[in-house]
Amino acid sequence: MSALRTATVAEVEPALSIIPAELADAESRAWLRSLRGAGVERDEAVARLHGLLLRAARFEVGRRRPALPHLRGGDLDDVANQAADDALVAVLRRLDDFRGASRFTTWAYKFAIYEAAVKLRKRAWQGREVPLEPERWNPLPSAGLTPEAEAEQSELVDAVRNAVDTGLTPHQRRVLVALALNDVPIDVLAERLNTSRGALYKTLHDARRKLRRELEEHGLAVLDILEGR
Amino acid sequence: MKERHDLKHALRRLLGPAGPEVGCDVCFAELDRFVELEVSGADADSAVPGLRAHLEGCPACREEYDSLHALVGGERTL
Repeated sequence: MSALRTATVAEVEPALSIIPAELADAESRAWLRSLRGAGVERDEAVARLHGLLLRAARFEVGRRRPALPHLRGGDLDDVANQAADDALVAVLRRLDDFRGASRFTTWAYKFAIYEAAVKLRKRAWQGREVPLEPERWNPLPSAGLTPEAEAEQSELVDAVRNAVDTGLTPHQRRVLVALALNDVPIDVLAERLNTSRGALYKTLHDARRKLRRELEEHGLAVLDILEGR
Repeated sequence: MKERHDLKHALRRLLGPAGPEVGCDVCFAELDRFVELEVSGADADSAVPGLRAHLEGCPACREEYDSLHALVGGERTL
């Protein structure tokens, strides 16, 4: 994940350990054998792997394309190619992590999809301000409510706002507001705050737990609303 | 009612999943196994507890899960 460091393929030595035969299908074992081999066999396997990763990266780019109208075809193709290159480095470096719990190709695809998805989120937010300040949040929609629903919602909104303002640390508040209210992608926020996706999600998780506890302690029927009762 | 739906949606995003969930690193580590189990009709939730809850709470991991599922599922139906 965030620990994935970019490097050139030449830096990556073939992994040496051998996967237990019973844990992988024949095709996956063949991939590992070739990638851990030497000479032409390995070069050909690396080239095939790159093609596989490029296919997965293009698949991801194609899925996200409608949401990225400002990116041109050339930009998107660049993203797919960079994602495939970075995924290739990651897969070769982490070959020992593959334990045969899935097919090798499925395991490899996830690196390409991850790399492409992160790059697309960052491109989409390039040059945009990341809203972090709690005073900018508008927590819950209220337009078009009946008077009864408006009163119920008003009480809940006040309680949520109060819990966010007083029950969380400043860092928890910034992270919650950015991720859960302002739709800032977690990778974009991680980059701006110089941290990792995993560390940010832990902060978000802790903030959510605190909020939930506070609201439930105040007797608010959050669960009723969430479950549609 | 639409407003009730909007309220639920906003609360869900704020409060996240109710049950135990894995973090982003475990999600990434287990995603390929989880998706293959699902595509093959096996009980992925029992095999990787807490991963589906994480997908409810983390839009980025959810996007990547959706894509891997679509890619692998598409290959299996060919």
